[in-house]
Amino acid sequence: MRAAVRFAAWVYAIAVYGFIFLPVIVLVLFSLQATSFPIPPFTGPSLRWYQAVLSDARLTSALVNSLLVAVLSSLASVTLGFLSAWGFARFVLPGSALLRGLITLPLTVSYLIIGMGLLVLFNWAGVPKSLLAAGIGHVVINLPLCFAIVYSQMGDHQINIERAARDLGAAEWKVLLMITVPVMAPAIFAGFFLSMTFSWDEFVISFLLTRFETTLPVEIWNLLRSGLNPKTNAVGSLVFAVSIVLVVFFELTLLRRKPA
Amino acid sequence: MSIAGNDKRALPWALVTPALAWTCAFFVLPFIAMGVSSLTAHEGGGFTTANYSQFFTDPSYWRAMVNSLEVTAIVTVISILLAYPFAWILAEMVPERWQRLALMLAVLPFWTSYVVRSYSWLLVLAQNGVINRTLTGIGLIGEPLQLANTRFATVTGFVHFFVMLLTLTIFANLKQLSPSYRKAAADLGAGPVRTFVHVVLPLTLPGIMVGAFLTFVLCIGDYITPQILGGNNELVMPQLVMMQIGRRGDFPLASALAIILMAVVTIAYLACARWLKIERA
Repeated sequence: MRAAVRFAAWVYAIAVYGFIFLPVIVLVLFSLQATSFPIPPFTGPSLRWYQAVLSDARLTSALVNSLLVAVLSSLASVTLGFLSAWGFARFVLPGSALLRGLITLPLTVSYLIIGMGLLVLFNWAGVPKSLLAAGIGHVVINLPLCFAIVYSQMGDHQINIERAARDLGAAEWKVLLMITVPVMAPAIFAGFFLSMTFSWDEFVISFLLTRFETTLPVEIWNLLRSGLNPKTNAVGSLVFAVSIVLVVFFELTLLRRKPA
Repeated sequence: MSIAGNDKRALPWALVTPALAWTCAFFVLPFIAMGVSSLTAHEGGGFTTANYSQFFTDPSYWRAMVNSLEVTAIVTVISILLAYPFAWILAEMVPERWQRLALMLAVLPFWTSYVVRSYSWLLVLAQNGVINRTLTGIGLIGEPLQLANTRFATVTGFVHFFVMLLTLTIFANLKQLSPSYRKAAADLGAGPVRTFVHVVLPLTLPGIMVGAFLTFVLCIGDYITPQILGGNNELVMPQLVMMQIGRRGDFPLASALAIILMAVVTIAYLACARWLKIERA
């Protein structure tokens, strides 16, 4: 009886793993298709669709745009998030809880609504649709995340090191650059890579706020109009690969935090 | 106070002001703009509440909200039912040193881009996709099933995403549970089933509620999955919002619909928060 239950549990777990991996396996497998439709039977392996992606100027420029927006918006998010987290963790400010709530508020609102709001505002202010506009939106969604990560990692231990530095005569900017930033480096990197991942994958805000020059998810969305296409599989697999690399970096930076 | 004292008071504000200013300029202000826009007539401007009354009087808009709520409810329930046993197996039956790897594997596809993930399900569910080709291949069905462009497809795509998310949260919950609770239950003579029903399940319930709320919020606000997998046969709220922007450039109506959607999420939050408090008391 007990063995039967154990057996059933393993079968169940394998079935759920199968469900989770089914679409990813199909995506990657048929990106290697030799013929023009990403449907069974499998005719590959062939790299022709990866070649097609890399020789497609629209897709490669969208890829560069995506990386650019991801890196710059994440830098902005982590800088603003870190400075504010430091300010709130180290100093007693009036209305601190309320202001912290304000900074993390965007986390509770869907991307669609954040994008819509910016669209309406920029439309009124006469700001044209652009990668910069999308980047601003990405900072709105990632700043609270960076703030929350860094703020949660600021403990008494770090306060004491900073105090020691101040007692020894270090100026505030020196304390910040030479003590706080190195001590908080894991949280800062974690925030940065997580922001990169979200910005890299983000669709709705970029879709609403860019026009001619756009990011990769929007360009992939445009590809979908042509129906099932191995080229979409290939570019999708590439996007997935980049995300995995970012996630691994994120995991590693968080793991390295251990000795504290 | 000395000059140094003034300096010390200026510093913290210098640190927190950029982030606060950013949030006000690009989150609060847009939200106000959206609110004002929703009360403006699309043709000719001027104050109106027509955008809101349109939602309550036009049955097709009302229908989209019902669809949204139905899909979200179905997705939330199925995802929890699938994820809980899975997380339990990972936490209880997988040897300790393999757990991290097992969990990482279980949520790996979580990190595919949203658009790509939905497209991948299209590959599986399409008329000539993997499932239909397999089923017709082995002769189980004669004609391909209509799987894509249905509510079933939307729900499948959503459940795939949220099973991973909920596995993460429920797994964390189960691991935090002190083993002494279960030992105590066993000492008092409860079998594994009674221990689970009366001890483990109630103790993990608040965590499940948090996961369920997260699922609700992310699911009801998503445009991509229903658009790619559900198609235009049955609209949900985010699709309706995007249609006003895309086809008609009707920002006021889109704003009103977005605000109504947000109001529903807020009501759900308040309901959820109250329920959680009652549970804890």
